[in-house]
Amino acid sequence: MPETIDEQRVRRIGTLSRIALSDAEVATFSRQLGDILAHFDKLQELDTDNVEPMAHAVELTNVLADDTPGESLSREQALSNAPAHDDDLFAVPKLIGDSQ
Amino acid sequence: MTDALDMTATQLRDAIAAGDVSAGEATRACLDAIERTDGQLACFNEVYADRATQQADRIDQRLAAGESVGALGGVPVAVKDNMCTAYGRTTCASRMLAEFRAPYTATAVTKLEAAGAVILGKTNMDEFAMGSSTEHSAVAPTRNPWDTSRVPGGSSGGSAAAVASRQCPAALGSDTGGSIRQPAALCGVVGFKPTYGRVSRYGLVAFGSSLDQIGPVTRDVRDAALLSAVIAGHDPHDSTSIDRPVPDYAADVHTPVEPLRIGMPREWFTDALDGEIAAALRRAAKTYERHGAELVHVSLPHSRIDVADDGALSSYAVSCYYIVCMAEASSNLARYDGVQYGHRTDQAGGDIVEMLCRSRAEGFGEEVKRRVMLGTYTLSAGYYDAYYNKALKVRRLIARDFQQAFERCDVLLCPATPSVAFELGSKTDDPMAMYLQDIYTNSLNLAGLPGLSLPIALSDSGLPIGMQLIGPALGEQTVLRAARMYETISDAADHKPSVTAS
Repeated sequence: MPETIDEQRVRRIGTLSRIALSDAEVATFSRQLGDILAHFDKLQELDTDNVEPMAHAVELTNVLADDTPGESLSREQALSNAPAHDDDLFAVPKLIGDSQ
Repeated sequence: MTDALDMTATQLRDAIAAGDVSAGEATRACLDAIERTDGQLACFNEVYADRATQQADRIDQRLAAGESVGALGGVPVAVKDNMCTAYGRTTCASRMLAEFRAPYTATAVTKLEAAGAVILGKTNMDEFAMGSSTEHSAVAPTRNPWDTSRVPGGSSGGSAAAVASRQCPAALGSDTGGSIRQPAALCGVVGFKPTYGRVSRYGLVAFGSSLDQIGPVTRDVRDAALLSAVIAGHDPHDSTSIDRPVPDYAADVHTPVEPLRIGMPREWFTDALDGEIAAALRRAAKTYERHGAELVHVSLPHSRIDVADDGALSSYAVSCYYIVCMAEASSNLARYDGVQYGHRTDQAGGDIVEMLCRSRAEGFGEEVKRRVMLGTYTLSAGYYDAYYNKALKVRRLIARDFQQAFERCDVLLCPATPSVAFELGSKTDDPMAMYLQDIYTNSLNLAGLPGLSLPIALSDSGLPIGMQLIGPALGEQTVLRAARMYETISDAADHKPSVTAS
């Protein structure tokens, strides 16, 4: 496990997280993330070899809904908060480049 | 209308039903209180004055017609700004959702309204409920009504400060690692987080889905019971909500727990705890003992707090909690992509990845970025086992400690916070110091247990000290009754903060 999170690694995590980072943020996070991860490493002190992971506080079994249509949002409602839409579709920048 | 502002929700409900106060008068008194004091406190992100007044007038018309108006008939309630309402905005105090208008209403809010509550508006919070001071709000930092140079705690700081300052008798908050109990403790009010799954999360903007829970912030335990009974229950819209009958918490809250065995976790009464708070808690324990309770020492080894030579604190529970909540946050907040709703940059040219990265960079504040990045990192290839999977195993050890403790006692009596309310700005440059504010509150979210914080004393500096009571899973009644016992037998006077609307 890394002792420090260097700036290159911070940029990599930013890319994975889909967050554009300024140089100032990279410098700040490089310092802070290392400090926080050092705290996380404390868990390595504990022997957990025979412990089952616990993903949920209440042990749940799968809940299945009836296979019948229920109430849902109208198209107009679904689009009402969209930053951009084109008639009845969400609009996004082109996904495939021109030089395919 | 000062009188109405000083009433608890139960008192106000009864006064409205008796015709001593009208619902319209009560709501107008709250709206006026908000108008007068919120410039100083910044508790509210949005106030629904017209809608609330109409709602209240309708309650009065129904009362005049002889109809029954519900368990909260005419009581004004504020709602944290991460619960969707099909009216107004739901912003999570984030630039990302600054203009978001939810197309539906959260189940907990629907239930409040069905019980006759009047929704006053949305309260301020740390952005996406990530923080312990409400300083991470993109709107403004909320101030503590006891001392406006200090934080109200967080993330439900707006709800706690609004109830403490008498802008309203009750509010809803949400608690992922202490976000109801910690601000309640710092503002001198009651905050209750029910068992995970007891209250539907439908319409609560997701942060840490295995931890998040909605609960009430009130001025006494009776009101916490009243609101809990209204909002609890199974909801087909939330598959993690518990399908068990909801007891009428308010009806039996006055019945003492007899015999009452109170567990004191030895790991939480150490030098890491502020001396004044430790003394206040020991006095509270003695008060219980004088009234017949038995005090037993219990152990929560995996929630132990270690103090390094340089004074730095650490705890397995805090490390475990932050790994889990950040992992869940990174996944939950992936939905903010500038496509279906939320902020979209206008600086991206025509590239979709650049659009995503810039929209999120512009929409999220620093703390949210930190958590999403750390969550992404701990879930990434090569680190998943060392961090996330390890944390899930430690989570089970933490939960087992509680199970063993509850074999020997009915409730745990413990601190809610390591110190009283701190100065604004004193921890914003040190995220780890802020995370450690949750040191006594987040273990029980990992275990899914109910916990309540209630005010027990004022510090020498005149700031509230809270006591936390924790119960076993679905032990809401025991926690509420034990807390109400203390409220009844203690001489904790009805102190009022310096900024108060009444």
